[in-house]
Amino acid sequence: MSLDLSIPRGLLLALLPELVLTGWAMILLLFVAWRHRTTRDLRVAGGITAVALVTTAATVWWLWWNQAGVAGIAQMVAVDDYRWVTDWLFLGAAGLTVLVSFEYLERERLLAPEYYVLLLFAVIGMMLMGGAEDLMVLFLGLELMSIAVYVLAGFDRRNPRAAEAALKYFLIGAFASGFLLYGIALIYGATGTTNLSLVGVQVDSLRLGSDPMLLIGLGLLLVGFAFKVAAVPFHMWAPDVYDGAPTPVTAFMATGVKAAAFAALFRVLTEAFPQAGAWREIVAGLAILTMVAGNLVALAQRSLKRMLAYSSIAHAGYLLVAVATGTSAGTAAFLVYLVAYTLMTLGAFALLAAKGRGGESDVLIDDLAGLASRRPWLAFALAVCMLSLLGFPGTAGFIAKWYILLAAAGVGEWLLAAILVLTSVVSAGYYLPVIMVMYMKPEPFEQAHTGVKLGRLAGVAVAAAVAGILYFGVRPNGLLDLAKETGVGVKPVPTFTVEPSGR
Amino acid sequence: MPPLTLTVFWALAGMAITGATLCITRRSPLASALWLVVTLFALAGLFVLLDAQFIGVLQVLVYAGAIMVLFLFVIMLLNLGRPGPSDLKGPVGGAVAALLAGTLLLQLGGVGSSGPPDVIRMPEGTVAALQREQGMVGAVARPLFDTYLIPFEITSILLLAAIVGAVVLAKRKL
Repeated sequence: MSLDLSIPRGLLLALLPELVLTGWAMILLLFVAWRHRTTRDLRVAGGITAVALVTTAATVWWLWWNQAGVAGIAQMVAVDDYRWVTDWLFLGAAGLTVLVSFEYLERERLLAPEYYVLLLFAVIGMMLMGGAEDLMVLFLGLELMSIAVYVLAGFDRRNPRAAEAALKYFLIGAFASGFLLYGIALIYGATGTTNLSLVGVQVDSLRLGSDPMLLIGLGLLLVGFAFKVAAVPFHMWAPDVYDGAPTPVTAFMATGVKAAAFAALFRVLTEAFPQAGAWREIVAGLAILTMVAGNLVALAQRSLKRMLAYSSIAHAGYLLVAVATGTSAGTAAFLVYLVAYTLMTLGAFALLAAKGRGGESDVLIDDLAGLASRRPWLAFALAVCMLSLLGFPGTAGFIAKWYILLAAAGVGEWLLAAILVLTSVVSAGYYLPVIMVMYMKPEPFEQAHTGVKLGRLAGVAVAAAVAGILYFGVRPNGLLDLAKETGVGVKPVPTFTVEPSGR
Repeated sequence: MPPLTLTVFWALAGMAITGATLCITRRSPLASALWLVVTLFALAGLFVLLDAQFIGVLQVLVYAGAIMVLFLFVIMLLNLGRPGPSDLKGPVGGAVAALLAGTLLLQLGGVGSSGPPDVIRMPEGTVAALQREQGMVGAVARPLFDTYLIPFEITSILLLAAIVGAVVLAKRKL
């Protein structure tokens, strides 16, 4: 199905997933305007959100099944497999977050169903980022996502830490948006267009590979993105914000938001700047710094939530390695890693939400002692998540890391590959103690774990995440094939040829 | 470019930068807001220099007018008129900031002297001709509802999300 974006029908079809989700967000907004007092209203709002996410995923599937594509260069939104796969990822991360949120919101007395409306707005923004073919759409999607998540981070207003997290996130986020916007303006100044493919064409045909204006623009763009994905040295906000926000929101920020920023960064770099190679060294440098600093600082953490926050920074480093390779093998590895990372991080945060109370920032790793004897299934699930984050063979984390290593070795980035392996070994120093205290230390006192309760729906989310980790760890082929086909979709456009994209 | 236009450009550019610098260094929020007005007016002048009078007028009406009044209302309502403690980082921070800003200015100066390649440069008077053809509003409105329809519509969702977020954060009972 080849779409013509210049006529209304083609445009509507190309934007169908976003339109469906926006429609649901409006319905939900009207619903919560009248019904927002009782816990029942909250549950119904959550149910509507879940239905919205499922129908949108089905819409994306329908477009994928019909091999929707665009003849020539797409305007504003891309219509390719990369967009569909990233859409599924964002919808899946949001779906798991909703499942975890159901009981969490009631337990923490956050009885405001607007939570789900903002979640849906954030997902719309992410989908626009993953599908943006124009820097303007990319920026607006980023802002839509960010504004919704700023509020979600400070949703628990009674908690001063959450308020601090929201304000910090807002200020740093606005600052990062400024960098991004200035970068976009300079890129427009150098190439005369904001369309990603056309920027690629202009860079090639006007030989702008070392043009100072373009390079400054690219550099500012990278700084903006580095803030958003929390790459070292632009990561200072991340631990405090992840620590202060309500745990389901933290899970959503660490997975969906980060994945969206990465998805957009990857598309921008591979479509618009395949000829301006300068970013490869910058991204590689960021990757090295992020891997080393993220893992070393995570070693020193005693609080489980902070440890997971630093671990999320370290994983951003591994993802940057995949971005730095910039080949189609790199794309496949990148997507596989995003899926694995989303599953294991969401699972870990969901289990943390079951253990703690009042924001969970006071749960120390040692507090998990003896959990295995009291709650064997919870301990097992957390152990699987930790092993997968570590990259233990048999889990999705291992397969994903392996593909990144292969991609890095394939382009001769031996230094990156070596640091990836070394820092992964270091990461055992903070992932394994979690498993050790759960299984090998006795309970500190009787009834230490009586309050630990994973709600039924959160249980479903954790079970899905663990099943996914183990399944992709043993049979990654289906996922990898999908990612590989997608990798061909996002490719540099070296010359101005019109070719039907699609599978 | 005629020398008079260039002079006016540099005057307005200097005004914008001075206003912006003073806006972020004043201790009183009220003074900051008023310096922001200066910056916004200078920007409006720059738009007029670029043959974009309509956008220049909008800039004055919307930003220097409506939004600034809103800013001042909020400052007055929250009683923030008095100068607060300064949050500048002292001489070392200032030196680092000046160094970075100087580097960026130097690099951008190099860019400015070379200018964009001729291929993407619009021929002199294109905008003026366009405006004669469609009128000033049409030259802005047509692309807005045609080429840039999707970004324009996304903006409406963005504003809605911002409103919902503001209500959530500000409402009395959670």
